[in-house]
Amino acid sequence: MTATERPTEEHAADSVAANRTTRRERFASQVQRRGSIVVLALVVVIASFSFDSFATVGNAQNIAIQSSFLAIVALGMTFVIISGGIDLSVGSVYALGGVLAAYGIQWGSLVGLLLPLVVCGAIGLLNGWLVAYGRLAPFIVTLATLLGARGLLLAITDEGSTTRLMPRDDWLTKLGQGTFLGLGIPVWITVVLFAIGMVVLQRTRFGHATFAIGGSREAATLMGLPVARNTMLLYLGSGLCAGLAGALAAAYSASGVTIVGEGLELDAIAAVVIGGTLLTGGAGTVAGTLAGVLLLRVIQNVINQIGTLSSHYQSVVSGAFLAVVVAVQAYLSRASR
Amino acid sequence: MAAALSSVLSARGVGKRFPGVVALSEVDFELAPGEVHALVGENGAGKSTLIKVLTGVYSPDGGDLTYQGEPVSFGTPMEAQQSGIATVYQEVNLVPLQSVASNLFLGREPRNSFGLVDFRAMRDQARDLLTSYGVEVDVTRPLRTLGMGVQQMVAVARAAATSARVVILDEPTSSLEPREVDTLFGIVERLKADGVAVLYVSHRLDELYRICDRVTVLRDGRVVHSGPMADLPRLRLVALMLGRDLEEVRREGATKFDGERTAADTGPVLAATGLTSKHRLDGVDVTVRPGEIVGLGGLLGAGRSETAMAIAGALPLDSGTVVVAGKRLRTGSVAAAMRAGVVMLPEDRKADGILPDLSVRENIVLAALPRLSAAGVVSRKRQDAIVDTFMKRLRIKASSPDQRVGDLSGGNQQKVLLARLLCTRPLVLLLDEPTRGIDVGAKAEVQGLVDELAAEGLGVVLISSEFDEVIEGSDSIVVLREGRVVTELHGADVNENTLLSALAEEPADDH
Amino acid sequence: MTTDIKAPQARRRTDTRIWLRDNGVYVAIAVLVVYNLAFTENFATLANLNTQLVQVAPVLIVALGMALVIGTEGVDLSVGSVMAIAAATLPLYLGYGLFPALALALVAGALCGMANGTLVAVVGIQPIVATLALLVGGRGLALVFADGQLKDIRNPEMLELGAGKALGIPYIVLIAALLSVLVWLLVRYTTFGRQLVAIGGNRSASALAGLPVRRVLMLTYVISGVLAAIAGVLATARLTASDPSAIGNLFELSAITAVVVGGTPLSGGRVRILGTVAGAVLMQLIAATLIKHDLPDSTAQIVQAAIIVVAVYLQRSRSAGVA
Repeated sequence: MTATERPTEEHAADSVAANRTTRRERFASQVQRRGSIVVLALVVVIASFSFDSFATVGNAQNIAIQSSFLAIVALGMTFVIISGGIDLSVGSVYALGGVLAAYGIQWGSLVGLLLPLVVCGAIGLLNGWLVAYGRLAPFIVTLATLLGARGLLLAITDEGSTTRLMPRDDWLTKLGQGTFLGLGIPVWITVVLFAIGMVVLQRTRFGHATFAIGGSREAATLMGLPVARNTMLLYLGSGLCAGLAGALAAAYSASGVTIVGEGLELDAIAAVVIGGTLLTGGAGTVAGTLAGVLLLRVIQNVINQIGTLSSHYQSVVSGAFLAVVVAVQAYLSRASR
Repeated sequence: MAAALSSVLSARGVGKRFPGVVALSEVDFELAPGEVHALVGENGAGKSTLIKVLTGVYSPDGGDLTYQGEPVSFGTPMEAQQSGIATVYQEVNLVPLQSVASNLFLGREPRNSFGLVDFRAMRDQARDLLTSYGVEVDVTRPLRTLGMGVQQMVAVARAAATSARVVILDEPTSSLEPREVDTLFGIVERLKADGVAVLYVSHRLDELYRICDRVTVLRDGRVVHSGPMADLPRLRLVALMLGRDLEEVRREGATKFDGERTAADTGPVLAATGLTSKHRLDGVDVTVRPGEIVGLGGLLGAGRSETAMAIAGALPLDSGTVVVAGKRLRTGSVAAAMRAGVVMLPEDRKADGILPDLSVRENIVLAALPRLSAAGVVSRKRQDAIVDTFMKRLRIKASSPDQRVGDLSGGNQQKVLLARLLCTRPLVLLLDEPTRGIDVGAKAEVQGLVDELAAEGLGVVLISSEFDEVIEGSDSIVVLREGRVVTELHGADVNENTLLSALAEEPADDH
Repeated sequence: MTTDIKAPQARRRTDTRIWLRDNGVYVAIAVLVVYNLAFTENFATLANLNTQLVQVAPVLIVALGMALVIGTEGVDLSVGSVMAIAAATLPLYLGYGLFPALALALVAGALCGMANGTLVAVVGIQPIVATLALLVGGRGLALVFADGQLKDIRNPEMLELGAGKALGIPYIVLIAALLSVLVWLLVRYTTFGRQLVAIGGNRSASALAGLPVRRVLMLTYVISGVLAAIAGVLATARLTASDPSAIGNLFELSAITAVVVGGTPLSGGRVRILGTVAGAVLMQLIAATLIKHDLPDSTAQIVQAAIIVVAVYLQRSRSAGVA
C-alpha cells in the first residue's frame, strides 16, 4: 500500500526534456501526422513521371475502388487502435460479411445488406465485451474470433465449397458495381464514412474519450469517462465496418467468395500505423489512415506497373514500412519525453 | 450538532483492515470548507489508505463518512468525483498525449448546437481558467511537452473546475521548482477563498507551515494529533510523526542492535561523492568503512531510497562518483555495482524484490546464477549447498527449498532476499527498510543478522523509517533533506534528540 | 499459507480454478482418448497415432519457442511467416546439399528472431507490435524468395526426412520430441532458462538483481525464430514441396493456443513445456475427433476459438484473483 509514495524515474527526465523540446517536438508531431501524406504525394508524382499508364483516369478509378474496401475496414481499426486495442478478426469478419450478403440476398436485398451487418456487429460486440468486461488481451480475443468467424463462414458455405452468386440486377449488387460521377459507389460510401469518422473522432465526446482511453486507461477511468461502454462500441464499430466492407466487396464482384480477406487485418493495421496512428494508442487521425490505405494501394499498383517485380513485394513493403514507422514512433516518443 | 455543519467532509471511527494489517483504526477526521488541512505521517501511517477511503477507492470496514451533512458511502472513485471530491495524485493522472485544453475538459467538453465539441469555446475557456490561476501556457500543446509543474497545475485546475467542494492534493510539490510551488500555492489560496476544502498531503515541513491551517497526524493507522497548524511546534510535529514522546524518551534499547561495534580503522569500503540526479539528489556524500553501519536519516521523500539506488546503480546519475574498495564504479549499472560488491535490498519487497511464483531456492540463487553454473548449466549441487547454507544461517522458515516464496511470511521473504544478496559475496550492503512489514520476532532476527554481518566486516548502509532502528543500529547517521545532506552525526551524537532536531531544523538558506 | 485470510469458500473456488488451469489439459486428453477408444473406429492403430503425431509436430515445435517468449511476458506473432521464410530459403540452396540448405534456413530463422529481439529488447517496442511487422512482411519476403512459386522437393534426403521412420517412429516426431526435451532442459537447468523465467515474473526485481535482461530477451526471440524455421523445414519435407504462401498460416494462433491451454500464463513468469506439449496434442486430438466423426472443419474452428477464450479466461483469473 505504501509503495506508491516513491517518485518514479520519469519525473526527472520529464522536466529536463520539457525545456528544450519545442522545435524537435513540433517536427516529430509533423512527421507523425503528415509523413504518410508526403510519402504518398512523392510516390504518386514519381509514378506519374515513370509510367505512362499510371496517371490515367482509368487507373485512378481503379485505385480508388480497390482502396475503398480496405479503407472501410481500416476506419474501424483506426478507432480501435487509438483506444490502445487491436482487432485481428477483421479479415475473417470481412470474408464472412461478403458471404452473408450473398447468402442473405435470396430473401431480398434488404436482408442481404442487414444480415452481414447484424452478424458482424454481433462478433464485434463479443470482442468488445470480452475485452472491456472480461479484461482479456485484445489480440488473443480477436485472434480467437478470427478463427470463429472463419468457422462460421465455412459452416454456411458447405465447408467453403459453395460460392453464392448475387443477381446482377439487384440494387444491392449495384451498390457494389454502380458508379456515380465516374467513381464507384463504394468509393462514395467510403468518402461519406470517413467524413463521419473524422467528425466523430475529432468533434464528439466519444472521440475524445477514445483518445483518452488509449492515452491512459487509468486516467480515463479516474476522470469518470465510461471506459467499458466506449470500448464495447469501438469493437462493435470495427465489426460493422469490416462486415459492410465485405458486403460491398461481394456486391462488387457479385459473389460471396470464401477465400477473400486472409491477411486483410494486417493490411488494415499497416495502413493505420503508416497513417500515423500510434500502435500503442492515444494518438492518430482518420485522414492519415486514408493516406495509409492509398499509399499501400498505389505501391501495389506501381509494383504491377513495373511488371517484372513479384506482386509479393507489396507485403514486404508494408512490413518494412510498419517496422520503420513503429521504430520511429518509439524513438520520437522517447525523445520527446 | 454545529460541528456537522461546519465540516464538509468528515470521518467518524473509520477502520480499514487488510490481510494481516490494520491500516486504519478508529480514525476521526474533519475537513472544514475554506481550510487547508495538512495530513502527515510516515510511510505506512495510513495516509494513503485514509485518502482512498475518503475518495471511494476502498470502502471502510467500520465507521461513518459524512459529506455535506449527509451520510455517504462511495462505491467507486467516479461517484466520489461526481459528487465533488477531486483528487490530484502525486503521479499526475491526465492523458499526456492530449492537449492541455482537452485534459481540462475531457468528459465535459463544451458543445455547439449540433452536439459537436466546440473547440474555440474549449480553448478560450481553458485559457481563461488557467490565466485566472496565473498559469500562462499554450493550451493547444500536448500535455506531455510541458513541465511537471504545469501538468500538476492543470490537474489542480481540472479538479477545481469540476466545481469540487473538496480537493485532495497528494504530494503536489514533490517534482516542482520553487517558482512553480509559489504558483501552486496561489491556486490553493484561491480555492480556499472560494470556500473549497483542501486536504494537503506533504512531507515538506516548511510548506505545511506556510500554507496549512490545521493538521492531522497519523501514525500506525491512528490519529495521534489534530489541531491548528500554528500551535504545533516543528520539533513536536516530527516527534509525533515518528512516535517519540519528547518528555519521556526511553533509554533502554528497543531493538536487537548491539550498539557496541568498533569499525576497522582502515580506509572506506564505500565512498560515494557528489551524487546528483535532478529533482532527487543534490550532491550527496556517503562514506562507509568495513564493519560500519551508516544510517541514512530523513523524513519521507528526503532522498534516502534514491541515495541507496544511486549507489547500487539503479538510478541514473547526472553526476557523482562511487568508489568501492578503492575502485571507481561505472554508475547507473546494477550489474557493475554487483560485480564490485555493492548490493541493495529494495524498499518495496513485492514490486522490486521477490519473484512470488518461484521457489525459495530460485529466489536465493537468482543473482548468483552465473557463478553457480558451468557452461551455462546450473549446478544443482552447488546451488543446493549455497541454499542450504543460507537457509540455515538466516533461519529461513520454509517447508522446503521448493516452497513458493509468495506463500512465505513477510519476514521470511525478507530473509530470502537477504540471502540472495549475500550469495553474491558483497562488500557493501544497502538495506532499504529491511524490517518493514514483518513481525516482531523476524524483525529482531533481521536486526541481529545485520549486526553480525557488520561484525564480519561488511559495510552497511541502513535506511529505516523506524526511529529506534536507525539510532540503535547505526554507528553514524547521514541526515538528508530534499536530496541534500544537512548534517552527519557521529559517535555520541547518534541519539534521539540530536536526530530529531536535525530533522525538524528550519532550512538555513532558501534554494 | 500463513498470511492467507480468505474466506474458505472463495479459496476453494480459486483452488479449483488453479487446479483446472494446471491440469485441465491432461484431464481433457484422457477423456478424449477414452472416448475415442470406445467410439471411434481405427483410432487405436499405429498408423493413426503416427498420422496424428506427424501432424502436430510442426505446431508443437513452434509452440516450444512461443512458450519461452510468453514466459518473458511477450508474444511472437511472426512465427508463421518465419516458417514460410525458412521453407522458401530451403529449395534455393538444396543444390549445394542438404546440410548447407538446412543451415541457411535456420540462419534465416535466427535473423528473423534477431530482428524481433532488437525491436523488443533494444528499441523497447511492445512485443505484439514489434513482431507484427515481420508477420506482415515475412510472408511477402518468403514469396519473393520463392518467386511466388510452389516448388517441389526432389532431394532424396529431404524426402526421407519427411517420410522416413526410425524404429517405426517418423523422423519428424522424433525431432519434435527431441526438441521438447531440449527446451525443457533449457528452461529447467540452465542459467538462461532460470533468468528468462525470472525476467518474465518480475522484470524490475530481475533488473535490480543484476540480470542481463536485454541479452536474455534477445536470445529468447532468436530461439523462437530458429524453432519456427525448423518447423517450416519439417512441414516442407512432409509436404514434399515448399509452399511459402500456405506454410505456417495461422500458426501463431495454434502455437499461442497450445501454450495457453497448456497452463502457461500470458502474464509471464512461468513456462510449462510439458503442458505446452499436452496443449498441442489436445488441440490435435480435438480436431481429429471431430473429423473422424464427420463433423466439418467449421465446427472444429469454432470449438477451437471457444477453447482459446476459456483458457485465457482461466489464466486471467489467476493473476487477477490470487495475486
